[in-house]
Amino acid sequence: MRLQYPTNIKVVRVPCTGKVDVLYILHSFEKGADGVYLVGCLEGGCHYNSGNLKARKRVEQARKILDTIGIGGERVRMYNLSSSDGPLFAKYATEMDEKIREMGPNPIKLAKKKKAA
Amino acid sequence: MTDVKTPSKLEKILAAGHLAVTSECGPPRGSDPEVITKKAEMIKDHVDAINITDNQTSVTRMCSLASCIHLKQMGLEPVLQMVTRDRNRIALQSDILGAASFDIYNILCLSGDHQSFGDCPQGQNVHDIDSMQLIQTVRHMRDEGKFLGGDDIKRPPQMFVGAAANPFADPFEIRVPRLAKKIAAGVEFIQTQCIYNLDKFEKWMELARDRGLHEKVYILAGLTPLKSAGMAKYMKNRVPGMDVPDDVVKRMADTPKEKQSEEGIKICIESILRLKEVQGVAGFHIMAIEWEEKVPGIVEETGLYPRPTLE
Amino acid sequence: MIVADKKPIEEIIEYLKGKQNILILGCNECVTVCEAGGKKEVGVLASALRMYFQNQGEDVKIDEVTLERQCDHEYLEEIRDRVDQYDAVVSLACGVGVQFMAEKYHSTHIYPGVNTCFLGATEERGLWTERCQACGQCILATTGGICPVSRCAKRLLNGPCGGSTTGKCEVKKGDEEIDCGWQLIVDRLQALDRLDEYETLCPVKDWSTDRAGGPRKVIREDLKQ
Repeated sequence: MRLQYPTNIKVVRVPCTGKVDVLYILHSFEKGADGVYLVGCLEGGCHYNSGNLKARKRVEQARKILDTIGIGGERVRMYNLSSSDGPLFAKYATEMDEKIREMGPNPIKLAKKKKAA
Repeated sequence: MTDVKTPSKLEKILAAGHLAVTSECGPPRGSDPEVITKKAEMIKDHVDAINITDNQTSVTRMCSLASCIHLKQMGLEPVLQMVTRDRNRIALQSDILGAASFDIYNILCLSGDHQSFGDCPQGQNVHDIDSMQLIQTVRHMRDEGKFLGGDDIKRPPQMFVGAAANPFADPFEIRVPRLAKKIAAGVEFIQTQCIYNLDKFEKWMELARDRGLHEKVYILAGLTPLKSAGMAKYMKNRVPGMDVPDDVVKRMADTPKEKQSEEGIKICIESILRLKEVQGVAGFHIMAIEWEEKVPGIVEETGLYPRPTLE
Repeated sequence: MIVADKKPIEEIIEYLKGKQNILILGCNECVTVCEAGGKKEVGVLASALRMYFQNQGEDVKIDEVTLERQCDHEYLEEIRDRVDQYDAVVSLACGVGVQFMAEKYHSTHIYPGVNTCFLGATEERGLWTERCQACGQCILATTGGICPVSRCAKRLLNGPCGGSTTGKCEVKKGDEEIDCGWQLIVDRLQALDRLDEYETLCPVKDWSTDRAGGPRKVIREDLKQ
């Protein structure tokens, strides 16, 4: 299909979104990520029954924490799609990229830069 | 049951075989004694005794004991309601003695509404003892002349001991066993929850009679006249343990708004007339909530007036 | 087990303002099971705090340690050699752990990271419910194994009160809804064909073994050394 999607996205493969712990998400931001999104199977279509539903809960947890500490919960999202749906994968990547550009960089990076200056 | 154990006028009337009539007054949310005395004035000739509620619905009010003293000073017969929610066993015994010092001869032992419904939902509740144990406590103080701690009481209280019963509450299996349990604890009179479902009440009385409980305790049937169709619906849907049958709600709702209060009084009168015939009903407790002026009419219309006099 | 709930991060941040070296100290026991103060929660809180302070432009060192238990001398000893380097320790243990920690390390500033709630059970993941108030005089033998002290909102020993409707207590509504403890007791006695026991009066209780008697001790001379 040779679909295009933003090149600034680093894909981390996991066997199931159910493997994604809230700590993975938080640590990504600690290390400077501007946004994190999870792409799971369609709800009801998890091969491990409820992995993607657990992932959604963790996304909610991470969003709450990031809002509380002033990083912005909107930087974390959960998407669901069918594994064969390449165009939708590209569309979500673009959507996420736009959303994060709108929000600007991870404020921790800005704070560090400011301090260094 | 005819042995009179206390100087209580209510006990004497019941023991003499008369149908007793009691009513209640809620103390004010302030310190004006006239609120109580005015309410009492309206009903005093039509009832044998007047209950004073104890911070009902957990809303802070003038205390029941002080209000009872005001009644006593008017020459009336108060029933001191006492809940176990707000005081431990020291305070309860102390207030019982305080009441006894003013020759208050009736007490109604209750657990009290949960504080979360009142004006201090963040407060503690005490429940050091429960309502059954309060019945036991008063009886112990009166009959043994002793405190819970075992010491002798000089001039023990002389109180006729009452409690509430709800024939309609859940779980149904224990409605009658619960009455039996209160009797075993030493209760001498019962004032029931407001009765709207007469069939169910009669069934409860029948079950009580099967066990002979009506011969061990005086049961005063509780009644509250409905003011409006809205009140009927509220009681039906919102008040736990309240059984308002659909036909009662419908009867109120089918009545034009301006006539509803009249209809409510009518229902109350009809209920009393029917319940007068029920074996084991020893009297009536008319709880006309903030509607005390209606009590005399109800009492007169049901043939319960004039009240008996004791020499 | 002892059930605890996480404190809001905002509240913990307030305690920690101006601190430079912070230890987040978890406990592997009850608070791990109720997902309030185990290794995972230590990691989440530490990460969130690090980001918060970085975002504020502050250099704050935040370490993570989770002990086997915080209510035992031997496990608390494990941090003796490092505890002095911290100007604040946030303990995610129950109130027992926080206090034991404070007693042991006199000069360390200890802050609680959870609210200790009650003695309860895990009904399902994310739902813990109370079962015991540790009154010190168990009466479960007479109530079919269901405790009126902890499961009745008025701790009535001769319940139920009039606030019981279709098995539910009137005190809580909606998601918070609770069973009427006395309905449970009656149902259970009935199922065991012991409903006649309902009529046995429970006498006035000795609460001196409860909170009312002051801080309690269990002394076992047969075990003491």
